[in-house]
Amino acid sequence: MDMTTSYLPLAAILISLLGAVPILLSGRMPNLREGWTLLIALGKFTLVAAMLPTVLAGGTYVLTLAEVIPGVPIALRVDAMGMYFALIASFLWIFTSIYSMGYMRALKEHNQTRYYASFAVAISATIGVAFSANLLTLYLFYEMLSLSTYPLVTHHGDAEARRSGRKYLTYILGTSIGLVLPAMLITYQLTGTLDFTHGGILSGEASAATLGLLLVLFVLGFAKAGIMPFHGWLPAAMVAPTPVSAFLHGVAVVKVGVFAILRVIFDIFGPDLLHRLDFGVVLTYFASVTILAASLVALTQDNLKRRLAYSTIGQLSYMILGAGMLSAAGMTGGMLHIAMHAFGKITLFFCAGAIYVASHKKYISEMDGLGRRMPITYFAFFLGSLSIIGMPPLGGFISKWNLVIGAVEADQLLLVAVLLVSSLLSAAYFFPIVYRGFFAPASEETLAHTGEAPLLCLIPLSVTALCSVGLFFYPDIFLQLVHRALFP
Amino acid sequence: MTFANLHMYVLAVPLLTALAVNLLGRRSRTWIAPLTLGALSFSTVAAALVLVRVLREGTLHYTVGNWSPPYGIELVIDPLGALMLLLVAAAALLATSGALPSVALELPGREHLFFTLYLILIVGLMGLVITGDAFNLYVLLEITSITTYGLVAMGKGRAPLASFNYIIMGSIGACFYLLGVGYLYILTGTLNMADIAAILPTLPGTVAAATAFAFLLVGLWIKMAFFPLHGWLPNAYSLAPTGAGLLIAPLMTKVTIYLMIRVLYSIIHPNWALLAESGVQSALVWAAALGIVCASAMALGQRDLKRMLTYLIVAEVGYMVGGVFLANETGLTGALLHIVNDALMTLCLFLAAAAIVYRTGSLEFDSLRGLYRRMPVTLAAFTLAAFSMIGVPPTAGFFSKWYLLLGGIEAGQWGYVGALLFSSLVNAVLFFRIIEIAFFRNSAADDRPLPVTEAPAMLVGPLVLSALALVVLGLGAGGLVDSVILPAIAAFL
Repeated sequence: MDMTTSYLPLAAILISLLGAVPILLSGRMPNLREGWTLLIALGKFTLVAAMLPTVLAGGTYVLTLAEVIPGVPIALRVDAMGMYFALIASFLWIFTSIYSMGYMRALKEHNQTRYYASFAVAISATIGVAFSANLLTLYLFYEMLSLSTYPLVTHHGDAEARRSGRKYLTYILGTSIGLVLPAMLITYQLTGTLDFTHGGILSGEASAATLGLLLVLFVLGFAKAGIMPFHGWLPAAMVAPTPVSAFLHGVAVVKVGVFAILRVIFDIFGPDLLHRLDFGVVLTYFASVTILAASLVALTQDNLKRRLAYSTIGQLSYMILGAGMLSAAGMTGGMLHIAMHAFGKITLFFCAGAIYVASHKKYISEMDGLGRRMPITYFAFFLGSLSIIGMPPLGGFISKWNLVIGAVEADQLLLVAVLLVSSLLSAAYFFPIVYRGFFAPASEETLAHTGEAPLLCLIPLSVTALCSVGLFFYPDIFLQLVHRALFP
Repeated sequence: MTFANLHMYVLAVPLLTALAVNLLGRRSRTWIAPLTLGALSFSTVAAALVLVRVLREGTLHYTVGNWSPPYGIELVIDPLGALMLLLVAAAALLATSGALPSVALELPGREHLFFTLYLILIVGLMGLVITGDAFNLYVLLEITSITTYGLVAMGKGRAPLASFNYIIMGSIGACFYLLGVGYLYILTGTLNMADIAAILPTLPGTVAAATAFAFLLVGLWIKMAFFPLHGWLPNAYSLAPTGAGLLIAPLMTKVTIYLMIRVLYSIIHPNWALLAESGVQSALVWAAALGIVCASAMALGQRDLKRMLTYLIVAEVGYMVGGVFLANETGLTGALLHIVNDALMTLCLFLAAAAIVYRTGSLEFDSLRGLYRRMPVTLAAFTLAAFSMIGVPPTAGFFSKWYLLLGGIEAGQWGYVGALLFSSLVNAVLFFRIIEIAFFRNSAADDRPLPVTEAPAMLVGPLVLSALALVVLGLGAGGLVDSVILPAIAAFL
């Protein structure tokens, strides 16, 4: 494989980290501050996209930053898998930045400077996770993401926000220090390396029992992926401003967790080893339980954002489920679902935020008839939910289709049932929202006072909704990257 | 001044300055800052040059007064000693800079007395890390202890009582150490470390040698506040004047741990196989683990920032002692690296505490509410040090913890590994509790923009420097391990 040493990946990570400085300094001039945010977002996407052609052609960019622990440098590597994730995250960040301006200004939120600065650091960490060459570097950026999102969760500063912030850190830091760190050390002690290597590094290094323990430590330890029982932080984190929930707790943070687990499955253990030990089944069980349980809980939530959060918990486990099938189509489907779910879920959260900005309503039971006053928002919501449910002609269908084929390939018909039941459940928790919005009788107050949210909110959610449709017809770039990542 | 004996001037300049500070400072306080900072800046630069030289040319030997060893006192500056010398000098420089405004506020009119003791203490610490003589080590240990008693006693309220308690415990520790040295002298007829190390193996293994070994260790354990011999530390360190805490908290325990490593590997060379077989080694690692857990738990109960930090110092002592008694290369690497890292982390945290107390007069958690609006730089530096204590990469604390944990796994000491992880989690709770109070709990005068009132630059400057050093040292830990620590360990084993 063609390897190029380049500062491009470092630049792609640092641009927003250093960008936090001008954001902090221009705190008194909101227009300038948001100008910086937008400029950085565009710059970041450009830098990531600049590396795309080479990666698509099978090349990788590498850069070693510091050699601190023998055999495990702090190093970056841009391969197809990392590029895939970075592309999604940096693209969606542009729209999140635009959306943030509309949302935060409409609600006259306090401490916006801290908000934008933390956001910039968080996206740096996200791209850092995508471009990590080994587990140690990934851990570094993973922790950086945990810490930079804490001020965003606690943003409101009231008792509930502080409690949620504590819960967030307890789950996320507790598992990363308590489970991932020892797992990483044991792996290092067994193999002397932590490099992501296609096909894994652990094969033949330890007994099945040790490897099983390691797998469980890793899968539960990366709690950002929300696998039960370590999912409780995600609904709690919904106290954050909606752009945070949309981008970080719909896309970046949670998918960093999934991405980390997939890296461990593909590049630390390797599908062959997992297949030999029959560990894939273990993964699918963890995932299946989470999918079904989370979908059922989502049904009971009246708070829209919390319902979306439980939906996210379930959908994240689709990705783990796909990987756990260890069949070609299953792994492809699991990987593809990262992109498809990202576009769908961010649309849904954007809509939830737009509804809140326009009507100050948080609870689904209060949203009767709202769709008639906010048709664009509700139509986008409809598209987003179709994608999550997995209906054509939306992107979500492609990943689900692959997952179903993967389950059949892996001879796991039970998983097909899980997928179908879960799709039905997600229809059951999404359609009533849309139905009530359009057809339920509206209160006087709703009819009199509500209109669409500001344009700065409306444009991003329309774009991401349209992207969800577009991905059904043109999934090529993502498909190519996924194939290159899985079968180089 | 000849360049050849530069290492002597590292010690001599601050020692002579101590005298000058007392005499001139009595007349005018304006003398104190330039004298102390000048002397310590010189020492720091000179110590850096000595380190470079030692790395290039190998270990330096200096015979005090030209009395040749084993009869005269010998100073031995190997790469590890030179590193410690630089650490002590640099940390002392930063601490002194921070102590100047703090002492002017807390002990007006007594600055010259304070800084006389301060400089003698610094010289004592520098001497400790380079001496090659077991009895001279005792003398220097007492110099540092006695000056510390004095400094602690200058604090307010119950400080004299805390100091008295410390004197009792410290003197018992000193007695143990002295007895140990006495036993060794009777056995070998010499006090020179290298000489003892050469003669001991030729003697038949005796109970006397084992007793000497035990006495030396217990003496040092009391001095370093190794759990459960730590009772004197929290009061003494938290009641001492803020300026005194800046120096003694980061350096005293760490230097004593370094001395323990010296005693183990430069004097005694214990029979590790025997220690492991008899269960002594395991018992010590478990004691360290227990100390880490108990001290962390006690830190959780504190409602005052400085008292909380003092319990963390006790926990960190457990980290390093445990790392040493893992008796493998990785654990020892971790312990040595952690000595450097922990000194800087503690320095940074105590500087932040000093800056806060300078402006607000209190370190009670409740008084920290919304403080970031008034002291953003101080709290940013504090947060960085907190990350290092928790062990978030790429701060220094992560990498030494990495080695310690790995050493624990290699040795199969899972209790110790568990204790380290537990302590990391407790640190996360402890520090995020404070971060939450300072950043997200606003005081009554809510959203009104408060004026930024940072502490003086003399305090904030070293604070920022030490915080940045934590990141630099984290990323540079690989170089430090390769160039100094691993060769030193190779020489030990």
